[in-house]
Amino acid sequence: MTTKTRVPAIDGWFTLDEQAPTLLGSKCTSCGNIAFPKETFFCRNPQCQGKEFAETPLSRTGKIWSYTDACYQPPKPYEAADPYVPFALVAVELAAEQMVVMGQVVPGVGVNDLSVGTEVELVLDTLYEDDEHEYMVWKWRPTGARIGQGA
Amino acid sequence: MANDKKVAVLGAGMHPWGKWGRNFVEYGLAAAGDALAEAGVAWTDVQYVSGADTIRNGYPGFVAGATFAQALGWTGARVSSSYAACASGAQAINNARAQILAGLCDVALVVGADTTPKGFFTPVGGDRKDDPDWLRFHLMGATNPTYFALYARRRMELFGATEEDFAAVKVKNARHGLENPYARYRKEVTAEEVLSSPMVADPLRLLEICATSDGGAALVLCSMEYAKKHAGSQDLVTIDAVSTVTPRFPQAIIEMPNFSTDSSVAASSVGPTFKQSVAMAAYEEAGIGPEDVSLAEVYDLSSALELDWYEDIGLCKQGEAERLLRDGDTTIGGRIPVNASGGLSSFGEAIPAQAIAQVCELVWQLRGQATGRQVEGARVGITANQGLFGHGSSVIVSR
Repeated sequence: MTTKTRVPAIDGWFTLDEQAPTLLGSKCTSCGNIAFPKETFFCRNPQCQGKEFAETPLSRTGKIWSYTDACYQPPKPYEAADPYVPFALVAVELAAEQMVVMGQVVPGVGVNDLSVGTEVELVLDTLYEDDEHEYMVWKWRPTGARIGQGA
Repeated sequence: MANDKKVAVLGAGMHPWGKWGRNFVEYGLAAAGDALAEAGVAWTDVQYVSGADTIRNGYPGFVAGATFAQALGWTGARVSSSYAACASGAQAINNARAQILAGLCDVALVVGADTTPKGFFTPVGGDRKDDPDWLRFHLMGATNPTYFALYARRRMELFGATEEDFAAVKVKNARHGLENPYARYRKEVTAEEVLSSPMVADPLRLLEICATSDGGAALVLCSMEYAKKHAGSQDLVTIDAVSTVTPRFPQAIIEMPNFSTDSSVAASSVGPTFKQSVAMAAYEEAGIGPEDVSLAEVYDLSSALELDWYEDIGLCKQGEAERLLRDGDTTIGGRIPVNASGGLSSFGEAIPAQAIAQVCELVWQLRGQATGRQVEGARVGITANQGLFGHGSSVIVSR
């Protein structure tokens, strides 16, 4: 098996730390508002005039706010595997940031393995690949599940 | 409270919803022609044309107001074109209303129409890594039903809603739409059929998710003075409020097409949710409350979402929507029928036409002309609608 270069599917949204990746948000230097993806122009807090932001890693774990799955192949620009493999999605509450962040669930974990309130952690996984690259994205995995294991 | 911001509805018109595959302008013209005929107003007397845009039909769709005006024959009328996602039609109504209330025109034509591709709505083409709508498909494979399903599951968790409740919404709306000549699906369905249709986005099934449709809707609006001269002393149907407010920061509920909610770290999330505030602003403007409403047309993009709307427009308290549904309150003949037209469930969504069509239905209901689906004695109706990127709308119509 040839080794492909792993590159992020989008630049600057998460770290490439394979063991403990984090999403990268912004923190307004004036009011402390946190945003994901990063705010770059103007703070979205209407009471704040802030225009400067520090990059801030978001919590690696959170609790499921809600969940679903994609039984049918999503249209482009989603790059689906052939044949298509359904996947689950979650909206995850991050306690420290007081916000909800979405993402896919790792392969092999379906809606029957999920419930509201379940703890999940952030991992990196392949979104799609071409001849030279694996394009990486963040996904969520129940902390009760083992790395790389199917359900 | 006296409302001095009313405009009159002289005429309503629609082209039947379906998958006709023809040019959207054709549907818009058919609807406009019907609305003008119902109003008894000649096209050449219209002073303002307000088009609701479609983004899936090239440039003519981006400038829908001018496209319809040209097709009807240039008359030198003032014109505007509005895009506000699913609220485009309400935005077009509001623009016409504002012109009338400002005294800039007496009579206006509002038109929205769409021709749609099959299947999931997809983002506008290209490689656009700064557009969250493109990115949510690319990075997460998150379609519109993904978000509808997150809300549905949340409802099950918080309020004990069941898949049977969601199916019952579809069964009710399919029955409501049976006699509506403008509905696309006019077939009764059973709960068993709903619950055995394929799962699309758990817990939502194929028959519970709004399709995309072709269709067109139009309204002729005018000042109260013009209406009294034109239509005499007969009972006028009026638009009493149009709400198009934005959400308030921090928005704590995940919305299409976002990856996250706002954070509540810097400012706490208090007060109504976005959908609640859309309806509240309409009630406030009309000087009425939910207890005054005879019927509602709400945006049932999914069966479960209709239940959220019951609470958001104040028909019941949070967590009581299932009881309202199970008791038959929201069925025609019940206390407060919802989606007597059949709703998006029976229509499918023709984006720029849909919020206008909701008002057309209320107009016919209030006049007692909704054959086969009439809500007896209806005097006040409310619409509610929500689209992407923080656009939503609510319109209050009375007689």
